[in-house]
Amino acid sequence: MKKQKPAIIRIFLDYLKHFKFGFVVALICILLNNLGAIFAPLTLQNIVNALTSWIEEGMNNGALSDPAELLNTIRESLTVLAIAYSISVAAGLIYSEYMAISGQKYMNLIRKRLFDHMQDLPVSYFDKNSKGDIMSVYLNDVDTIRQFISQSLPTIAMCAMTFIIVFVIMLISSLWLALIVVVGSVAMFLVSKHIGGRSARNFIKTQNIIGKQEGYVEEMMNGLKVVKSFCHEEESQIGFDEINKVYRQAATEANQYSNILGPIMGNIGNILYVIVAFVGTLLYVLNATNITITQVNKISIGVIVSFLPMVKQYTMNINQLAQQITSVATAIGGTNRVCKLLDEEPEKDDGYVKLVRGKYDDSGNIIECDEKEATLWAWKHPHSADGTVTYTLLQGDIRMFDVDFGYTEKKVILHNVSLYAKPGQKVAFVGATGAGKTTITNLINRFYDIADGKIRYDGININKISKKDLRASLGMVLQDTNLFTGTIMDNIRYGKLDATDEECIKAAKLANADGFIRRLPQGYNTYLTNDGANLSQGQRQLLSIARAEVHGAPVMILDEATSSIDTRTEALVTQGMDNLMEGKTVFVIAHRLSTIQNSNVIIVLDHGRIIERGSHDELIEQKGTYYQLYTGAFELE
Amino acid sequence: MRKKNKDITYKEIFKTLLKSVREFKREAWLSMFFIVLEAVIECAMPFIMSNLIDTMQNSLSNDEMVRTVLIYSGILVVMAFASLACGIIAGRMSAKAGVGFASNLKEDLFKKINTFSFYNIDKFSVSSLVTRQNSDVWFVQMCFTMLIRICLRAPLMTIFSIIMAGILAPNLFWIYFITIPVLSSALIFIALRAMPMFRGIFQKYDKLNESVEENVRGIRVVKTYVREEYEKEKFNASSDNLAKNFIKAEKLVALNAPIMQAVMYLSMFLIMFIGSSIIVKTTTMQDGKVIADLTVGNLSSLITYGAQILMSINMFSMIFVMFSMSLASMKRICEVLNEEPSIKNKENPVLEMANGDIEFKNVSFKYSEKAEKFALEGVNVKIKNGQMIGIVGGTGSSKSTLVNLISRFYDTTEGEVLVGGVNVKDYDLKTLRNNVSMVLQNNVLFSGTIAENLRWGNKEASDEDIKKACEIAQASQFVEGFPDKYQMMIQQGGINVSGGQKQRLCIARAILKNPKVLILDDSTSAVDTKTDALIRKGLRKTLPNTTKIIIAQRINSVEDADFIIVMDDGKINGIGTHEELLKTNSIYQEIYEIQNRIGGK
Repeated sequence: MKKQKPAIIRIFLDYLKHFKFGFVVALICILLNNLGAIFAPLTLQNIVNALTSWIEEGMNNGALSDPAELLNTIRESLTVLAIAYSISVAAGLIYSEYMAISGQKYMNLIRKRLFDHMQDLPVSYFDKNSKGDIMSVYLNDVDTIRQFISQSLPTIAMCAMTFIIVFVIMLISSLWLALIVVVGSVAMFLVSKHIGGRSARNFIKTQNIIGKQEGYVEEMMNGLKVVKSFCHEEESQIGFDEINKVYRQAATEANQYSNILGPIMGNIGNILYVIVAFVGTLLYVLNATNITITQVNKISIGVIVSFLPMVKQYTMNINQLAQQITSVATAIGGTNRVCKLLDEEPEKDDGYVKLVRGKYDDSGNIIECDEKEATLWAWKHPHSADGTVTYTLLQGDIRMFDVDFGYTEKKVILHNVSLYAKPGQKVAFVGATGAGKTTITNLINRFYDIADGKIRYDGININKISKKDLRASLGMVLQDTNLFTGTIMDNIRYGKLDATDEECIKAAKLANADGFIRRLPQGYNTYLTNDGANLSQGQRQLLSIARAEVHGAPVMILDEATSSIDTRTEALVTQGMDNLMEGKTVFVIAHRLSTIQNSNVIIVLDHGRIIERGSHDELIEQKGTYYQLYTGAFELE
Repeated sequence: MRKKNKDITYKEIFKTLLKSVREFKREAWLSMFFIVLEAVIECAMPFIMSNLIDTMQNSLSNDEMVRTVLIYSGILVVMAFASLACGIIAGRMSAKAGVGFASNLKEDLFKKINTFSFYNIDKFSVSSLVTRQNSDVWFVQMCFTMLIRICLRAPLMTIFSIIMAGILAPNLFWIYFITIPVLSSALIFIALRAMPMFRGIFQKYDKLNESVEENVRGIRVVKTYVREEYEKEKFNASSDNLAKNFIKAEKLVALNAPIMQAVMYLSMFLIMFIGSSIIVKTTTMQDGKVIADLTVGNLSSLITYGAQILMSINMFSMIFVMFSMSLASMKRICEVLNEEPSIKNKENPVLEMANGDIEFKNVSFKYSEKAEKFALEGVNVKIKNGQMIGIVGGTGSSKSTLVNLISRFYDTTEGEVLVGGVNVKDYDLKTLRNNVSMVLQNNVLFSGTIAENLRWGNKEASDEDIKKACEIAQASQFVEGFPDKYQMMIQQGGINVSGGQKQRLCIARAILKNPKVLILDDSTSAVDTKTDALIRKGLRKTLPNTTKIIIAQRINSVEDADFIIVMDDGKINGIGTHEELLKTNSIYQEIYEIQNRIGGK
């Protein structure tokens, strides 16, 4: 991969791309907002100077002069100040609203982009990354970006501007005093780098420990009933206390550093203030030459008095900037993970054979037609060589030729697998965990691509078929039912979005699900959440069968459930599955042998190789592995 | 003092939570003390600074000026160092106190949850207990730290600053009596408006994240049905909706800073405006000296105090928001801490169990007082020491409920359960559960080696004992096939062993307890029939004096039992041997028939 800019820069540039105009306006507003902060000391200085000279004059003359002129000057200064303040407040209002809104908008954008991108990632991504890690991008990282944009960014911009402006004014006032401030700010920079860095490092460490602690708590809570039944409470508490102790140390350390950063910086600022006051006094007393970037003069009390608040302002700025260290560090971590997900290679789909609706014309050839007149589905296969298009009837004929496959290049899982399933046939896979049963089905729907060999669907190499159309032609009922938040009807309709209610109910009846659904208080409108947690495992399975039924693909992949459902529901599930399989090509991953005896072919897998194949009766006769499994001599799982 | 009403008062909440501060009380108080001290110094500093400026402006001679500047500088340096020291000490103390409080809270929660009975666990659900332990504690910690760091400081700063301003400029500080209420009411108004908005938003946020989780989990289903675009549309719509709500709330909250600034500027302006006119009006000359109600130096100090006052109020409003946001978390933690474990040891409990005789006497049970239906009704059964008993029945027939009463995971609602002739409620819980060993339906192995997991059954078990238990449970063969044998690491949730292997390890773990009663709750469902039979044979042979109760889906798992209990809808439908039940019990017949039918026909 090319070397890329740091993630946080990429995100910032991307933000600029979307909110360029607004951000420039916001920056201008931040600048204008600063006017208030800058005009305050300047006006104060004007007023102070005017008052001081008026008093000095009075002292020199022995009597105060008429204050009319003085009041005039003050009034003018105050008018300027009022205008500056108004502009400043208005600008502040604009930029803080804008940054908050654009931060939210950008977060929404990123969130949507993440989800969009994630949906296009191959299944292998989800197999390789834990659910928790993926979720944490949505739960935590996205928000760090928002915080960076709507909080850190304006603060940094604001501080940087104030910093520069105040510094320039300092240079205009007195080079000597400014020099002291520079030395002081270098010290502050070093301190904040040191302490802030420590704090950030310890926060990262704490974060890791918290992760560990959460893992432990989760494990113990999930096994709480076992803990209780083994009277293991004390041991589990001891284990917890140990982690808790480590957490306490690291978190205390991290919080300490972040807590003391503020006082240290603030008081360096105070000391700086004193030094400036003292040196300023000395310079004045010694009548030293004052150099500024605009002129050379003698230092005056007015210069010193106006300089001092600037010192405060300046050091407060650095302090504020230092407080941003932690949030910027979090944002860097967050953007890294967000960008990592966005950089994942999406699933490629270069298949050009498509599934289309069609019918037979008078001479018995398949032609494409619209939905209304369609009588069949067909594969539309354009040939680039001669520019012709052929149509093949969708039947559900699957063949595998010498297929090799491994999830990683080093470790081959499937060796030389060849098999066929003619339309309407039922093929069952039998074998121990890790023998490769699920892997084979992962290849048929191209969740993974084979390393060597060929798979053909209705005679067409599946690599040429568009993945979407290939999957549309395959139905699947998995062990994990994975229902979605929504009504039962929505969940059945998931198989075919334009299915009518009648179609869905028909499918539910066929799947044996209609009975229990109707007994629910809200029937088909029962709202499911959390993977249908309010239903039993068996009921969830019935729903997923109904879903596959509505889908209506000619080829089905069934992964039988291993978990125990009671015998009566199981009978319903088995019957529902049988109905579903009727007239379809079916691949069954069997966990119990009782349900697959009527398969056309039973394929026994061992370490990725087919070791036996044949009908139930044939295999029993062979007295091989299947026979031993069937008689209970071997364990299946 | 737990009354029936659900709402515990805030006072109770704080009282409960603050109990966990314990050994960090000292740190908490010290941190508050030093923070107050720091605040005092910080407030005094502008006062000295203003004197410094006045000195510079009013000194008659250079000598005098240098001398006084030197004195003031010296004072300021000392103050700065004092404030630094206070700041560092307070920072350390508050870190210790805050983190200490949080870790104590976590510990207390964990301890409390460990005392929970199954009833309590079911009531809260595991995932909600985990949330309370993690993110809720984090919120409360933040709140506590803020509290000790800012809660005293902010009002003190306000009061000090007002006092100082009053001393400096008694004729000006009334300005704050206008600006402070204006600012406070604006900030409170925003907070009160925004909070309910955020509450709604967080719920929406949770829903959105749930839908992401659904997609991550169900990606195979999404891809199988080619629903990527559909899911994207769905997600985009709810994400947009969330953003819309968020923006509405954020717009409101973003008003905070500008309002704060506006009020601050207003008061600065007023100070300068009124201040300078006071100076001009009141300054008079007397004996060549200037006398005034307000000096120029006072003016700039007043501005500094103004900023401090308003900043403190802003902080206060932050705490207010933070505090009310974490109230929900506090409540959730308190619910756990105040929960009474529904099952506790009796006073003077029985510490010995004579034998494994079991008797159910007119036992009825419901899961909650409010439930209309009994989960178990009128159960009467006698099991003799050493017998092997089977229990069958459909889902929801309360098979598991029945055996859960034996090890007193729940208490009976009516009637009593006797083990070894003694009511289970009279036993010491440890005695009872160490003698009644139960292999639960959803069994769990923990991260650690196989041997460590098995030693849960008996800490002192020798390698020999472990091997023997594994042999009975038919687990030794596959364990010894692993490269690390008994030292193989089990991953969290036991995902690196198959279902059947896990079940057999759990059985071995239960055997190691050498119990008087062994209960297998559907614990061999993933084990093949032959191994299943071998396990039962092994149990009979090696544990002749242990009462064995086996719950099973498969008839052939129980057919050789001394007698079989058929459960239906919370009642005993039939008791008898396999042969007897086949003749007399219709439910038993039906199950048997389904299971022995040749599949698919």
